[in-house]
Amino acid sequence: MKHTISVLLQNRPGVLSRVTGLFSGRGFNIESLCVAETLESDVSCLTLVTTGDNFIIEQITKQLHKLIDVIKVTDISDKEYVEREMVLLRVKADANTRAEVLRVVDIFRGKVVDVSPKSYAVEITGSASKIQAVIDILRPLGIKEIVRTGTIAMARANKG
Amino acid sequence: MKKITGSQAIVKCLQEEGIKTLFGFPGGAVLDLYDQLYDADIQHVLVRHEQGAVHAADAYARVTGEVGVALLTSGPGATNGVTGIATAYMDSIPIVILTGQVPTPLIGNDAFQEVDIVGITRPCTKHNYLVKTSADLVPTIREAFHIARSGRPGPVLIDLPKDVVAGMISYPEKKPIRMPNYQPTYEPHIGQIAKACKAILASSRPVLYVGGGVILADAHTELIELATRLNIPVTMTLMGLGAFPGSHGLSMGMLGMHGTYAANMAVADCDLLIAVGARFDDRVTGRLDAFARNAEIIHIDIDPTSISKNVKVNIPIVADCKYALTAINNWLNSETIPKPGDASARHQDWLATINQWKTDHPLSYKDEGDIIKPQYVVEKLDELTQGEAIITTEVGQNQMWAAQFYKFNKPRRFVTSGGLGTMGFGLPAAIGAKIAFPDRHVIDIAGDGSIQMNIQELATARQYKCPVKIAILNNGYLGMVRQWQELFYDKRYSSTIMDTAPDFVELARAFGAVGLRAVRKSEVVPVIKEALATDNVVIMDFKVAKEEGVYPMVPAGKATTEMLLV
Ligand SMILES: Cc1ncc(C[n+]2csc(CCOP(=O)(O)OP(=O)(O)O)c2C)c(N)n1
Ligand SMILES: [Mg+2]
Repeated sequence: MKHTISVLLQNRPGVLSRVTGLFSGRGFNIESLCVAETLESDVSCLTLVTTGDNFIIEQITKQLHKLIDVIKVTDISDKEYVEREMVLLRVKADANTRAEVLRVVDIFRGKVVDVSPKSYAVEITGSASKIQAVIDILRPLGIKEIVRTGTIAMARANKG
Repeated sequence: MKKITGSQAIVKCLQEEGIKTLFGFPGGAVLDLYDQLYDADIQHVLVRHEQGAVHAADAYARVTGEVGVALLTSGPGATNGVTGIATAYMDSIPIVILTGQVPTPLIGNDAFQEVDIVGITRPCTKHNYLVKTSADLVPTIREAFHIARSGRPGPVLIDLPKDVVAGMISYPEKKPIRMPNYQPTYEPHIGQIAKACKAILASSRPVLYVGGGVILADAHTELIELATRLNIPVTMTLMGLGAFPGSHGLSMGMLGMHGTYAANMAVADCDLLIAVGARFDDRVTGRLDAFARNAEIIHIDIDPTSISKNVKVNIPIVADCKYALTAINNWLNSETIPKPGDASARHQDWLATINQWKTDHPLSYKDEGDIIKPQYVVEKLDELTQGEAIITTEVGQNQMWAAQFYKFNKPRRFVTSGGLGTMGFGLPAAIGAKIAFPDRHVIDIAGDGSIQMNIQELATARQYKCPVKIAILNNGYLGMVRQWQELFYDKRYSSTIMDTAPDFVELARAFGAVGLRAVRKSEVVPVIKEALATDNVVIMDFKVAKEEGVYPMVPAGKATTEMLLV
């Protein structure tokens, strides 16, 4: 099962390699990983997507928690949450495909961020499944380059 | 406020932490610190290889319960220490390793004797630091000691760039350590304790499975109280030996791959397994799905990651073993159950079954006339030291025979590399232990192969007048590996024959130590007696039966009931 885990960390040199070293050393999986500062410059938030049965996910969260520089670990897939990923795509856009590309980008509420005679660079944001859908649709038109950020996620606020 | 140098501050801080002894080896990057040590009121033990420094510091910690400290130079000094650090890490031993580093402006430039030791040791330390400014020195060292000794203990490394150590600082006052993100759980959850106690009272075939955590937590008294008041049989891991008296009637000795028949059968057959400070290591469990398969499992451990890692646990208790056992004993005290005096009434059938197993298959070996059996040597060492010596070991058959045939009745007397199984551990460990307890006999039970891995430390033992004794069970083989080849590789002894060894008696003499040899069984006792009476380092070279095996043995991947017996 896919899990999205959010980790608050002390923003110190080497912290990220403690996390990734833990995953490689123990044979856990990382599907994507995203990390940046929070409002406090000495604290970072890391979102990672991993897969495993409950046994493995329990080990992953406990092991993360055991790292001295880790402040908080939340498996947000246990809760209601929103997740977003951004992708930048360079898509072939010649006289034949240009209109179709624009239409797809529009449907997915994307943006064209760079234009050249033969291609468009487009930006699309959404859940991992939406990103996958865009990629599947644009692929036949010719994707020349792709860069994805990996997922970031946030638990929804308690109702009421 | 008066400024002092970083190196002065480091030494002062170590003294504040109660450190009296450092084990180390100098070099360019730590010259300032060594200059400071020249007339400091702190003992420095100069080893002959940095691995030895870390093992000695580790053993010092194991026998005293205090934090051991090693001091190494940058580059090769630091990398030589890595095996020692990994050894301490696997066995959760509190040590602090100080390494020199090139000056900060040179870091990352492939400078002379630069290695990224923080990167190298990240997976084998509990935590590590590269100190970037002189002002951080003291707070970092204090934090390192706190981390090393608290929670599940472990090694902490501090990398010290030369310019940082040379800088001037005002010494910060000691303040309580504040680490909001690092708060080990000592107190058990009371609800879980009650559950555990009810399970214990309800069970008819309980077993206490005890690991090194009990020793690390100094919880042996509480363990003995629990076991004896309810008549619960006890088995120990390699690391747990000594947590419960080996010669007590309730002791079943060690379990696992080379555990006793009774211990392995009891674990397979019990209805309640009470794991305390143990981690269900593969050498203990054998084939996982067959391990304690009829039992409900209580697991007490201070490290949540140990719980339900290999085996599903029914009643997890995250806590320090001492706190948890105390809570259990208190709970039991408050209930109307047999008080210690009535314990003999409990589990009579179960204990009778276990005693039958003990009688049917005790630890044993075949006596072969005048040939020295290695087990006999260990038995005699036990007898002639009244079981009171500190025993360190190398790794292999020697280690297992030491574990099986020396009756450890007290904690912190058995010093062995359990998790990593590091050959070359025993001699430097013996030195560390002897420095901590100069008045006790310290004996390294060694193999002829392993002893050659850190034999240079004989010079250290001599220099510091550490009359440790080394008992080589000399079988002319890398015996444990040979045993596996005998059993599983058709006796193809590929690279395990060690017939070109030094003459250990001559070798001892060359170091200014004493060498004694026994080739006949009748010579064993006189050699041991002479060694114990000698106020010098002694190597006892016992020429033992060459192809003796360690039994019982559970082949890797088999259930622990599938034991090969003598
Ligand atoms: C540093 C290291 N290298 C290799 C091994 C693998 N190993 C385990 S036991 C053993 C044989 C040890 O031989 P010896 O010291 O003579 O002990 P014996 O088993 O003969 O008592 C070896 C090579 C190890 N444990 N540690
Ligand atoms: Mg040998």
